[in-house]
Amino acid sequence: MSTLLETRNLSKRFGGVLALKDVSLTILQGEIYGLIGPNGAGKTTFFNVLTGLYPKDGGEVFFDDQPLRLTHPHEVALAGIARTFQNIRLFGQMTAMENVMVGRHARTQAGIMGAILRHRLQRAEEAAIRARAQELLEFVGIAAQANRLAHHLSYGDQRRLEIARALATDPKLLALDEPAAGMNESETRALADLIQQLRAGGVTVLLIEHDVKLVMGLCDRVAVLDYGGKIAEGAPTEVRHNPAVIEAYLGTA
Amino acid sequence: MKIRGVLLIATALIVAPFVVEATMGNAWVRLLDFALLYVMLALGLNIVVGFAGLLDLGYIAFYAVGAYFYALLASPHFGIHWPIWAILPLGALTAGVFGVLLGAPTLRLRGDYLAIVTLGFGEIIRIFINNLNAPFNLTNGPKGIANIDPGVVTGLPIPSTILYYYLFVVLVLLIVFIGLRLQNSRIGRAWVAIREDEMAAKACGIHTRNVKLAAFAMGASFGGVAGGLFASFQTFVSPESFGLMESVMVLCMVVLGGMGHIPGVILGAVMLTVLPEIFRQSAGPMQQAIFGTVVLDPEALRMLLFGVALIVVMRYRPAGLWPEQRHRREFVAP
Repeated sequence: MSTLLETRNLSKRFGGVLALKDVSLTILQGEIYGLIGPNGAGKTTFFNVLTGLYPKDGGEVFFDDQPLRLTHPHEVALAGIARTFQNIRLFGQMTAMENVMVGRHARTQAGIMGAILRHRLQRAEEAAIRARAQELLEFVGIAAQANRLAHHLSYGDQRRLEIARALATDPKLLALDEPAAGMNESETRALADLIQQLRAGGVTVLLIEHDVKLVMGLCDRVAVLDYGGKIAEGAPTEVRHNPAVIEAYLGTA
Repeated sequence: MKIRGVLLIATALIVAPFVVEATMGNAWVRLLDFALLYVMLALGLNIVVGFAGLLDLGYIAFYAVGAYFYALLASPHFGIHWPIWAILPLGALTAGVFGVLLGAPTLRLRGDYLAIVTLGFGEIIRIFINNLNAPFNLTNGPKGIANIDPGVVTGLPIPSTILYYYLFVVLVLLIVFIGLRLQNSRIGRAWVAIREDEMAAKACGIHTRNVKLAAFAMGASFGGVAGGLFASFQTFVSPESFGLMESVMVLCMVVLGGMGHIPGVILGAVMLTVLPEIFRQSAGPMQQAIFGTVVLDPEALRMLLFGVALIVVMRYRPAGLWPEQRHRREFVAP
């Protein structure tokens, strides 16, 4: 399998705190890659640096064999990295359908003149945006909620909507920040199925998750962060027995 | 049914000035014209505040830019006399450029901070206009520019206020059309997305800087058109027409009517132009009839009631008088 994403010595500093210490990871095309670690280990910081929301303080990122500039979040989205947020960030006053339609922004063209004149090409594009959004809502299983405002949806549906919106940007890599947080067991199972389907559809998945059972069952490979540094990487079973990982989670005897 | 509604509105719009003129006099047609100018302004500000969620307190600056643009190109001040149809599109463009220039430095700000900075910019424009009579006399300073060419043919048996009315109605309809089309478009959705959650909008691939600047430019260009019309209608402009209170007034129209909802914003603009005038004209005689004398100055009373009305509306209809249907649901307990 070829490499999709490679980070080399990625670092981030908040004042005197090194939140990310030379993190080097390699994510392969088509795998489900888990990123775990105790609270405050730097998992979400890694996401925020990777998607351009925080400026990096060192290191490089290669995506799809190209160096990736991380200075503008929208460029990262255009390059093909989409994400969800740990504390769901939907457009609350827009309908579920509109939320997903916003996700198509990166892959469509219409500008102000197009919007006003609405000639044939623009109408076709708008119809395609709507059709794709409908498709994605069906894919994540909330098509029945299409016309409800996003913040009226149930918690689980909001998580699904966020995934649909991220998928609307046609990502090569989908980064999910704790998608199972707050879900019950059956919702978590359904989410795992959804992630499997995504991978089957050709999307590579990077997953931050606290639910160890979900990570171990789902991921092909896992990296463990602790105090901003990578302490282990490998197949879930290997990582589970790695003494450094056990120490990070449980402390020393 | 829908066609009948459109016909009804069209007929009402066409006959309105004649009815008003015949029953209430020309002064009220003039007021109607002003109401239409404010509708344009409110619709322009609605793009910035209502759609994109950028609280702009200096919006009247673009009205000033449009007005002075018209005044300079169609008055004896420089001896230039361009026709209105040539000036208005250019004025819209110029105001749009000003929108981008004033918007660009504020991009990282939001909420109260953005409001303060835009307020400052609005005042800067006004003060510039006030002082640009030396070393080179561009704006004629506080004296303003007079004898501006009218925008409609004069000397017809129909009063010019009625002709202006039709001109304004056509432009209001054009602006409404543009506003509605923008609202249901890729750009319109991007504006609302930024209003709702800027970080998530970025993560969706929205170039927030450009999209925000587009909102500033669009809103400003509407203001520029309204300003040009104002100059041609008044045939006189001076800096004092473009003070902070005007910005606040237009913002009140947007908020009171229903932010982000075009019909609501139109209602807000018409109400806030026409009602105070009705009140001003009736408050004096009414007091005379009840108390036998004018107890309170109608002007002072007008501001008092305006304040009370604002508080009452915000208390009982926080989303505005005519909010978008789906937003209205937000404020009603389930």
